[in-house]
Amino acid sequence: MPTARPGYDKLIFELSRPGRHAHSLPECDVPVSDPAQLLPAQHLRATAAELPEVSEVDVIRHYSRLSQMNYGVDTHFYPLGSCTMKYNPKINEDMARLPGFLRLHPLTPADASQGALQLMHELALDLAEVSGMDHVSLQPAAGAQGELAGVLMIRAYHLARGERRTKVLIPDSAHGTNPASTALAGFSVVELKSEANGDVDLLDLERHLGPDVAAFMITQPNTLGLFESKIHQITEMCHAQGVQVYMDGANFNAILGITRPGDLGFDVCHFNLHKTFTTPHGGGGPGSGPVGIKDHLAPFLPTPVVVKDGDEYALDWSRPQSIGKLQAFWGNFGMLVRAWTYIRTMGPDGLRAVSDNAVLNANYVLRRLEDHYDRSAPGPCMHECVVSARRQKKLGITAMDIAKRLLDLGFYAPSTYFPLIVEEALMIEPTETESKETLDEFCDAMIQIAREARENPQIILDAPVTTPVRRLDQTGAARQPRLKWTPPGKA
Amino acid sequence: MRYISNTPAQQREMLATIGVGSIEDLLARIPAKARLSRPLNVPAAMAESDLIRHLRRLSAKNANADDFACFLGGGSYDHTIPSPINHLILRGEFFTAYTPYQPEASQGTLRSIFEYQTMMAELTGMDVANASLYDGASSVAEAVLMAHAVTERKAAVISKGVNPLYRQVVETYCEGPAIRLKSAPLAEGVTDLDALRKSVSAQTAAVVVQYPNFFGCLEDVKAAAEIAHAAGALLIVVADPVNLGLLTPPGALGADLVVGEGQGLGVPMSFGGPNLGVFAAKQELVRRMPGRLVGATVDLDGKRGFVLTLQTREQHIRREKATSNICTNVALCALMATIYVSVMGKEGLRKVGELSTAKAHYAAEAFAKIPGVALTFKAPFFKEFALTLPKSPERVVKRLIKDKILAGVPLKTLDRAYKDCLLVAVTEKRTRDDIDAYAAALAAAVA
Repeated sequence: MPTARPGYDKLIFELSRPGRHAHSLPECDVPVSDPAQLLPAQHLRATAAELPEVSEVDVIRHYSRLSQMNYGVDTHFYPLGSCTMKYNPKINEDMARLPGFLRLHPLTPADASQGALQLMHELALDLAEVSGMDHVSLQPAAGAQGELAGVLMIRAYHLARGERRTKVLIPDSAHGTNPASTALAGFSVVELKSEANGDVDLLDLERHLGPDVAAFMITQPNTLGLFESKIHQITEMCHAQGVQVYMDGANFNAILGITRPGDLGFDVCHFNLHKTFTTPHGGGGPGSGPVGIKDHLAPFLPTPVVVKDGDEYALDWSRPQSIGKLQAFWGNFGMLVRAWTYIRTMGPDGLRAVSDNAVLNANYVLRRLEDHYDRSAPGPCMHECVVSARRQKKLGITAMDIAKRLLDLGFYAPSTYFPLIVEEALMIEPTETESKETLDEFCDAMIQIAREARENPQIILDAPVTTPVRRLDQTGAARQPRLKWTPPGKA
Repeated sequence: MRYISNTPAQQREMLATIGVGSIEDLLARIPAKARLSRPLNVPAAMAESDLIRHLRRLSAKNANADDFACFLGGGSYDHTIPSPINHLILRGEFFTAYTPYQPEASQGTLRSIFEYQTMMAELTGMDVANASLYDGASSVAEAVLMAHAVTERKAAVISKGVNPLYRQVVETYCEGPAIRLKSAPLAEGVTDLDALRKSVSAQTAAVVVQYPNFFGCLEDVKAAAEIAHAAGALLIVVADPVNLGLLTPPGALGADLVVGEGQGLGVPMSFGGPNLGVFAAKQELVRRMPGRLVGATVDLDGKRGFVLTLQTREQHIRREKATSNICTNVALCALMATIYVSVMGKEGLRKVGELSTAKAHYAAEAFAKIPGVALTFKAPFFKEFALTLPKSPERVVKRLIKDKILAGVPLKTLDRAYKDCLLVAVTEKRTRDDIDAYAAALAAAVA
């Protein structure tokens, strides 16, 4: 039985030694320093919090070692479908760290934060142009919050017209956040069955549209990586019944400069700046999920709105029909600086080339893999492709097994088991930043795994063995959750 | 083209492999009338050196906390950010990794989140903490939604001592589920407990108080807990963990949920985002929590490892029945906080609290001596306090900016009841000289 290579196995708490410290804080320079003289006793901790006591070198070495247990885009190809794991430019980081941005307090008066407000105003205009929408709010913290904002604006719009619409239609191929955000906004979710290639079933849509439907929410290109070609018909059908159409912008990387949601008839779309616009994923966040809308929804935008009056920028709070605020301040500003930097780095031709090359790379991978794995749909794809491991499943090898074997071969895994409508789905999004050489290495690995499934399945079932740990007991973790470290003897 | 790796020759090779003549052929599914027939109207590409020059100029228009003495608070604070944080988070293996859905290739992120959860549970005095939510405001909103789900009640009472920006976010989130929100008034800067007692009922899912509250005052959390629990409601305490190295953890005072803004733990202010939403709960509520959770487990060889767990609460599995719609969180900010707490340690975090409160009290005393200036409230405060000024706070702020002082947050736009007031925050970074200079400038401005 193969064994994972031995490696580092510490938590920061296990490095702790009483009396060791890494901090450097100033001496107290005011006369009264004892908190017991300043605050009533009941407000002071009875016992010190049990926190690590470590040196700075402990901290550096520990977290450097932890980082080495991760795969990142900087070290590995990350073909994670629907997530757009493209290269995150380093200049973005330098710009976000300019003291005038990084060290700026959100409640600095507007006349002392004009540079930040101007950048936000410009980014909103650029995103509006890229999407063909009339207005963009930068406030949502991530895609799911952008969805919530969008659906709440739709709700407010209908209510302002005296219409109490209660349902939102969502295809079965949608990201899980779509139904979750919609339910949070107080709607009941009606799931529509997609056609096999992920296209909207027009007959089914027609059957469900009606005066109780507030919105239809779809992903374009769809989650099988195909452009929904009947899109004009869909948005017209919806509008004829007073239904608003929402575009999940997770797949925006496919369409920059090629087509625009606003021109397709969408009323609302959100952006994931951490996908298309190169802000880093950071192990799960932060992201940024601006939301774009058409004019008729403008009264309902989240407050405050960044406005320009002559040469002055300001936050406009006086919007009586607004859906309100989504986070305490104005948006994930640090991510906005990065996205602004990226758009200015690329320019119009560069942005178009992004999508062209994303589409080219995905189709190249699809072509190279289609003899070895089942395609989920015929014809060319957009920026990502979905293949099925149903052929391998018959040999006892699942999509998850393939994902684990890829880790041993030096690649992060594609998204697995999504979209839900494809059996044993492997969703591959190479992005435009990868070279043909990398794609070839990845495809060679995938083809090798397909061969191993026939000839030596055990090597796949044993994988991964080159990672810091082997396959983990997920069931045990959920049955008896251990969610924090406890000192030995106190467990 | 920058960030695009394939050469024109490679592109031709790839098209040949695919069996098409051009990239256009791959876009054939897009109907002609859907196509954009012109280039995007965004500014032309800039060279890196031009871009840097441009953004340096633009950013220089902002009064940043390196060049100005920052006394601004209200949910974002200029606390010390130890140097190791930036160096470590910029390691690409952390920075450019995705959510750790493939745990074998994500043990670094998973371990650091497990450490983060442990630290937050310890600081808040709770049993469990999640892997983070967006910010303090959305954490409060999620806590109210969770209390609504747990108690199956449709109302919540929020103290007016809770940050008004957070209260606005709670209102947004409560719109869909139609949770009725009542606010409990203040008396002398802290929640009026008699009024609170009258405002709770058998319909109340949660009582929400902030500790220290928006005005810096220290609430009687224990009394609020008794009132909430007597009505069968949960007590949600909004607290900033950077203060909890010194202050009593809300878990010890009866909180059922502790939420708040963790930005003070080593996360840059960055004009208000990204921030760090902290969310901690009692053990019995863990399966109703929003957001990701990391748990310890073992691998096939029995070796310790970590995974995302209890995922059946989450949107990618439960869809419209999930406990929250959150997917992306702020893992990297949680990593900053983890490194911060490691560097500060047991002694340092306590010292941050001691220095902040000592300097805040020194400042309050100095400012209140100025004729016409008074502390707005009598209640004990921690590192933040409200001043009532004899002149327009907006104008005073404008005047002090000339002296390179960011004097505080005028409260008029946030709560009209306090239109004469300025909210002042003092962290361990402000020196006695900063405070003395502020006092002199304030005296001149109100004279």
